[in-house]
Amino acid sequence: MRAEYLFKRLGMFVLILWLASTVNFILPRLGGQDPIRAQLGAQAAMGGNSQVGMKEMIAEYDKRFGLDKPLIEQYLTYLNDTLHLEFNFSMSAYPTKVIDIIWRSLPWTIVLLGVTTLLAWLLGTILGALLTQPNAPRILRFILAPILTLSAIPFFLLGLLLIYLLGFQLKWFPLSGGFDQGIVPGLDPKVIANMAYHSILPALSIILASIGFWTLGMRGVMVSTQGEDYLLFAEAKGLRKTTVFSRYAIRNALLPQLTALALALGNIVSGAVLVEVVFQYPGVGSLLYQSIRASDFYMIQGVVFIIIVAIGLATLVLDLIYPLLDPRISYARK
Amino acid sequence: MATVAQEQVLPGWETRASRLGGMASGTWHYMRRNPELLVGLGLFLALLAFVLVGHLTVDLDKARPLSNRALLPPSPALPFGTDKQGRNLLAVMVIGTPQTLQIGILAGIIGVTIGTVLALISAFYGGPADALIRGIVDIGLTIPGLMVLITLAMNVKGGLSIPQMVLVVAALAWLFPARVIRAQVLTLRERAFVDIARLSGMPRPAIIIREVMPNLMPYIVASLVGAISAAVLASIGLEVLGLGSFDSLTIGMTLYWVIYYAAIINSWWWWWLPPIIIIIILFTGLFMLAVGLDELANPRLRRRA
Repeated sequence: MRAEYLFKRLGMFVLILWLASTVNFILPRLGGQDPIRAQLGAQAAMGGNSQVGMKEMIAEYDKRFGLDKPLIEQYLTYLNDTLHLEFNFSMSAYPTKVIDIIWRSLPWTIVLLGVTTLLAWLLGTILGALLTQPNAPRILRFILAPILTLSAIPFFLLGLLLIYLLGFQLKWFPLSGGFDQGIVPGLDPKVIANMAYHSILPALSIILASIGFWTLGMRGVMVSTQGEDYLLFAEAKGLRKTTVFSRYAIRNALLPQLTALALALGNIVSGAVLVEVVFQYPGVGSLLYQSIRASDFYMIQGVVFIIIVAIGLATLVLDLIYPLLDPRISYARK
Repeated sequence: MATVAQEQVLPGWETRASRLGGMASGTWHYMRRNPELLVGLGLFLALLAFVLVGHLTVDLDKARPLSNRALLPPSPALPFGTDKQGRNLLAVMVIGTPQTLQIGILAGIIGVTIGTVLALISAFYGGPADALIRGIVDIGLTIPGLMVLITLAMNVKGGLSIPQMVLVVAALAWLFPARVIRAQVLTLRERAFVDIARLSGMPRPAIIIREVMPNLMPYIVASLVGAISAAVLASIGLEVLGLGSFDSLTIGMTLYWVIYYAAIINSWWWWWLPPIIIIIILFTGLFMLAVGLDELANPRLRRRA
């Protein structure tokens, strides 16, 4: 049943949201770490002998953040807040709300990750499919080894090497950041060109490091479909080689590739976070790095939650597209 | 059948010796057909050799901050130079490489062990246990692992010490092995030899241990390599983000300081090159091992050339 599949898949998404927020709620309380006390303590230590009034201050803060209420009430409030993407104030940029800062950096990450993931997936899939063809250009076979080796290296390491080689030594690309100083990010063509120029190196490190994964996957699936009855039949019907290749072989091999994409999204975003750190790219990855350095507890929680939600959504979309592409799957109960 | 009978007649030690010899030469022959395995093992051994030789020849106390002048480029006395805090980087690498490896190997072993147990329970006992385990694995694998690890790590006071790092990274390391091994157990479960064992009245735990496990070993080893690689990557990720312990000397922490002090655009190349080369050797080696072992485990993948 389509509806049942849809329902189940949506349920899984809600479950992920619930788990992520519950873990965010429980862990700090289990760890016995109290962000407010820690922050106040650190400030008191910096200020020297201003220990007077600490107790009252903590009580006041506890009241304001609702920490004096019973746990279950705190939990329900927390779930409700999370549902409304209300993650409290940032501790290092106090009057600003966590979610406002996240909204500012999220578009950078979405564009960078979306474009690079799609490009790497497409290029890798095409390359993997071509590699199984006996008449493939010989140069492809020479590309394969370096690309596979690159896929074994973490994204951000490749980023460091690219910064050094193409940025620092050859000065072809900017070393870091998302745009030139003095530029206000916006949709002006010149500004977009500047932002695109800054994103080439981060994008390149993600694409180069992930293309091999898709190539290997596609090659594996294509090899396993070779000799299948439907391919033999298509050939026996006298269809042209290119038709057999594109309509019969590739089309069937694409489905496992799509499943792999849905599964790999989590890993890709984990890798991309570090790429942003290395390039000081103004996305959520850099935000996470800065908030860890500043021990901005609420900010870390907010960013982690938003990334989990975003990936959950992307996976959901891919999973919902899947049955449309594969007519064999009706998702009936076994 | 005849060979088995003959072996039983011959004195034990002779058979064992010749069988060992046969195995060694067989292994060698196989390795020549499976160059990935050979390259992977070679890279891995090279790293071990570096660490061993380093432990014997380098004064490891020099890995402490302020034991040398800061930011000295490589010289005959200090082949890897020093970093901004005056650490001898050769000593840091000699200490840090096995620590990073240790995190990966321990977390990988914990992950694969838990994963295998859960996979066996899931595949053999089915029912609600299977549904629960499969559900957790399915959901767990779609969540970006690093985010969960960050949540865990930031609730530990101070930076993560090495044992804490192992535990945090192992917390998710069992998910993927559980899925892969479960799928494998499901196919093994339907084989004739398992049916025969079941029909002859062998209890289920005995079937699992004596019939299924030996056939599962190649897959377990293959997923162990994958798990180690993932665990090393995760621990380096946490450390680069600043969640490691600041007085730890692991490769990840070295990279944290490289980024912190912007060593790349300050042309202190000797600082960032060794950790990067070590990581590249490590990951390429693990990747080659994984590819090679995969071919060993799934003969179907063998190249049709």
